Amino acid sequence: MTSLVFYIFATILIFAAIRVVTVKNPVHASLFLVLAFFTSAGIWLLLEAEFLAITLVLVYVGAVMVLFLFVIMMLDIDHKTLREGFGRYFAIGSFVAVVVLLELYMVFKAKGSDLATTTAKAMAEDVPNTVALGKVLYTDYLYPFELAAMLLLVAMVAAITLTMRPRRSNKYQEPSKQVEVKASDRLKVLKMPAEKAE
Amino acid sequence: MTAALNHLHLFVPEIFVASMICIILLVDAYVPKAINALTHQLSQATVIGAALLTLLNQPTETTLLLHNTFVSDSLSVTLKMAMYVLMFGVFVYSRSYLQQRGLLKGEYYVLALCALLGMMVLASAAHFLSLYMGLELMALSIYALVALNRDSAQSSEAAMKYFILGALASGLLLYGISMIYGATGTLELKAVSDVIAEGKAESKLLLLGITFIMVGLAFKLGVVPFHMWVPDIYQGSPTAITLLIASVPKIAGFAMLMRLLVDGMSGLHSTWGDMLIILAVLSMALGNIVAIAQTNIKRMLAYSTISHMGFLSLGMLVGTNEGYAAALFYTLVYALMSLGGFGMIILLSRSGFEAENIEDFKGLNKRSPWYAFMMLILMLSMAGVPPMLGFWAKLAVISQIVNAHMYVLAVMAVLFSVIGMYYYLRIIKYMYFDAPAENSPEIEANTDMRWTLSLNALAVLGLGLFPHTLLQLCQNSL
Amino acid sequence: MIKLLGAFFLALGLIGAALLGVVYQIWLSSPWQLLWLPITVVALLLMVAYLTYAERKIIGYMQIRIGPNRVGPRGWLQPIADSIKLICKEIILPAKSNRFLFIIAPALAMAPALAAWAVIPFDDGWVFADINAALLYLLAMTSLGVYGVIIAGWASNSKYAFLGAIRSTAQIVSYEIAMGFALVGVLMASGSLNLGDIVRAQSGSHGILDWFWLPLLPLFVVYFISGVAETNRAPFDVAEGESEIVAGFHVEYSGMLFAVFFLAEYLNMILIAALTSIMFLGGWLSPFADTPLESLFAWVPGVAWLFLKTSIFLFLFLWFRATFPRYRYDQIMRLGWKVFIPLTIVWILVLGVMVVSEFAWFAPAVSSTV
Repeated sequence: MTSLVFYIFATILIFAAIRVVTVKNPVHASLFLVLAFFTSAGIWLLLEAEFLAITLVLVYVGAVMVLFLFVIMMLDIDHKTLREGFGRYFAIGSFVAVVVLLELYMVFKAKGSDLATTTAKAMAEDVPNTVALGKVLYTDYLYPFELAAMLLLVAMVAAITLTMRPRRSNKYQEPSKQVEVKASDRLKVLKMPAEKAE
Repeated sequence: MTAALNHLHLFVPEIFVASMICIILLVDAYVPKAINALTHQLSQATVIGAALLTLLNQPTETTLLLHNTFVSDSLSVTLKMAMYVLMFGVFVYSRSYLQQRGLLKGEYYVLALCALLGMMVLASAAHFLSLYMGLELMALSIYALVALNRDSAQSSEAAMKYFILGALASGLLLYGISMIYGATGTLELKAVSDVIAEGKAESKLLLLGITFIMVGLAFKLGVVPFHMWVPDIYQGSPTAITLLIASVPKIAGFAMLMRLLVDGMSGLHSTWGDMLIILAVLSMALGNIVAIAQTNIKRMLAYSTISHMGFLSLGMLVGTNEGYAAALFYTLVYALMSLGGFGMIILLSRSGFEAENIEDFKGLNKRSPWYAFMMLILMLSMAGVPPMLGFWAKLAVISQIVNAHMYVLAVMAVLFSVIGMYYYLRIIKYMYFDAPAENSPEIEANTDMRWTLSLNALAVLGLGLFPHTLLQLCQNSL
Repeated sequence: MIKLLGAFFLALGLIGAALLGVVYQIWLSSPWQLLWLPITVVALLLMVAYLTYAERKIIGYMQIRIGPNRVGPRGWLQPIADSIKLICKEIILPAKSNRFLFIIAPALAMAPALAAWAVIPFDDGWVFADINAALLYLLAMTSLGVYGVIIAGWASNSKYAFLGAIRSTAQIVSYEIAMGFALVGVLMASGSLNLGDIVRAQSGSHGILDWFWLPLLPLFVVYFISGVAETNRAPFDVAEGESEIVAGFHVEYSGMLFAVFFLAEYLNMILIAALTSIMFLGGWLSPFADTPLESLFAWVPGVAWLFLKTSIFLFLFLWFRATFPRYRYDQIMRLGWKVFIPLTIVWILVLGVMVVSEFAWFAPAVSSTV
């Protein structure tokens, strides 16, 4: 059963991944990418890496790809200019790809791959994946983890520095000032003597 | 838990800089109108404070902390101290230049300090992950700094090129690291070195990994044939940012070489040493020859950087502690000269005018004999004329090569240095024997800039008269 | 037309089957639990139907009207009549729309809204899939709902629909952050991502005072308001904004396809209300625990308490809609980024101090898990 589910997911994943590259409409391409993320999350679930799977869906599908779509939909992408010079670059690109592939093949052919010999540390059976990850992240990898936080800070500062241009023409409202307004600032209640009826 | 917290005092400078970055961000956002003074002074205080903390918390021996991700040894102390000194100079030189062009924002200081933090991390990296994080922290901040002048098409283009090529280089480096991980099963540099020494690692995979790492490193250092970005970025960035790129990150580059190649893979010296030979010879040749044809001084200095990086690789490829010490000496000297050289360009620039062309140095002797003399010292030192500091640096490296019986290499190094002299001396010719261009005004600069620049140039001369102190320091660091 | 409907339900069925397959394969201990699936779905659909009735009645009373009162006694059959009408109506495909995406969009809105219910505990141990990362799973599922909106807006090939989709995207992505931080607070307070454990962590000797609404008060408020924003309900309904962009992302939809969007929106409302009750109001726990009244209400099943608490929040949803004018787009962004996110971050810090110092609620005896 598990392998059946795996093969279903794997087939959809490969199909979606190929479509991401081949499909012409960028919106469709990003939707296929979403599908690819989703199915790879499914495969991770089968491996009982629930934290990674759900985080993939949460971060990539739920946030990153949404913003991607947001931008792609706003841009008016001309497919023709995108495809210009495809023939020219295709020849060079495929040549480089073949060379790299050959080199890798030669290296690995010389003496097989030994990737199998170095296996990851086995996980403790009863500890949930999320707990195990959290423990490692905040002990062994605390330093790189904190550095990643600094990296994100830099990214944020850089993005704001490079893009924010406060425009003079913008009309801002300051809610705090709006709230502070009292009725007496805006409205004057006048006492007038009532007119007497004839 | 307690084991992880031992020796945490060695980590204090990093914590201090990181905290100060956050404080400066807040101060800059909430203290109005005080940007120029307060942010600048706080940044300077950060650098000085970090220097004091580093000096106060020196390790007695090589100490690994934070679960073997951070190393503190005498090398890291030396490198960090050099970074602080250079960064201080960068801040002093940049201030008025950036102010005149409306670029002096709090973000400049924050990003520069983030870059400093990244470089400090690199200097103390004991783990592939922390090394990579430090590298990215440095690189990302610098990409943003290059684009700081966002209305200039030239800067934006430079930033774009730098970003894309930098990302490519990081990718290659990571790819290499992942292969090393696959071959050795660990990410700790010391453990990697042990596994390699025991001969347990799969050699083919290791070879592939080290090739990718070398390509990544070469990109980051800017040595031929991975140098294409250097001249464009040097020319395209605002001069104050070029000053930053050309000085402090060179120390970080050396740190990266030391940590990756020596700490992590000294067992593979025969492999990466050969690669370095090719990189070094090509860099010295191309850098020195192409520099001759340049009319833009920033571009010329960029090619000079390429050749100097080639020279630095010469020191590394010897593979002995003396060789590394010579390379460290060379790096420190080069960074100091580069700081001074770009400082001079900034000094000649003023609002609305960039002293970008070599012609702008014409007749500097008539306009300001003192600064012409300073530039003379710097150029002679870069060219490697005794008794300047640059000569001793070149001598140290070449003597190490000769000791290692690589005579052909030594001859080539000398040959290319002689070729390189041409374009340094050309500037001196312009300064002393040509008439100044018409309506070139007086040099105007802050007092602190005048003093620092003079000190910088005089240090190149003074240390050149007594080179053994610095050389001794370098040898003690290894 | 029949072809269209067929394609639509095929899509819905495929997505459902895939989700079920995963759930079945990974989490179900025995096949009989599958029986709960149709029962839950039918119960939810009934709830949706009568939520619409309640909405019209309650808002009617608030506006001093009577509301629906013709179909059946007191209008009780109104929702049934509405659904028959929607089923019978023609589905119109706009010219130059993207057919496939246009039809699949409602299914994409509906699927996560239903899938999220898989991890909700209705009573102690009465949960469809008792997974450890339930909180994350929920956050992921609620963030997926936006795809239905974006795709509908884009595929309709209409300006109004597209504007609605763009607004909705920005809004949901922004409020998700505040929501996520609020959930971090819950996670810290309970020490677990499992919803059952979260409810159990709220039991204690002080009854209602032990629930997380008190120590997590700011997060509670932020979470619920973000939930309102996340479901595109008034006063955050700029995605529909009938006074500006007609009906926003579903302006081109009619008949059954529209009904599915409608269902998804109401399902999400019930989901948010249920989640707020579970995480901050003690889920199935009785409010009378450790009071003299405890034995008097001992016969009430936990699910009834949960239903009651959920109803309170559903009532709030309706109350908001009847009371508040719609937020302007920039005001929504300001509230989300400049008020909620800083507020949650600060409270997480405060909470951290409270948890570490084992303050009142977090004394070891009370937080029983992990």
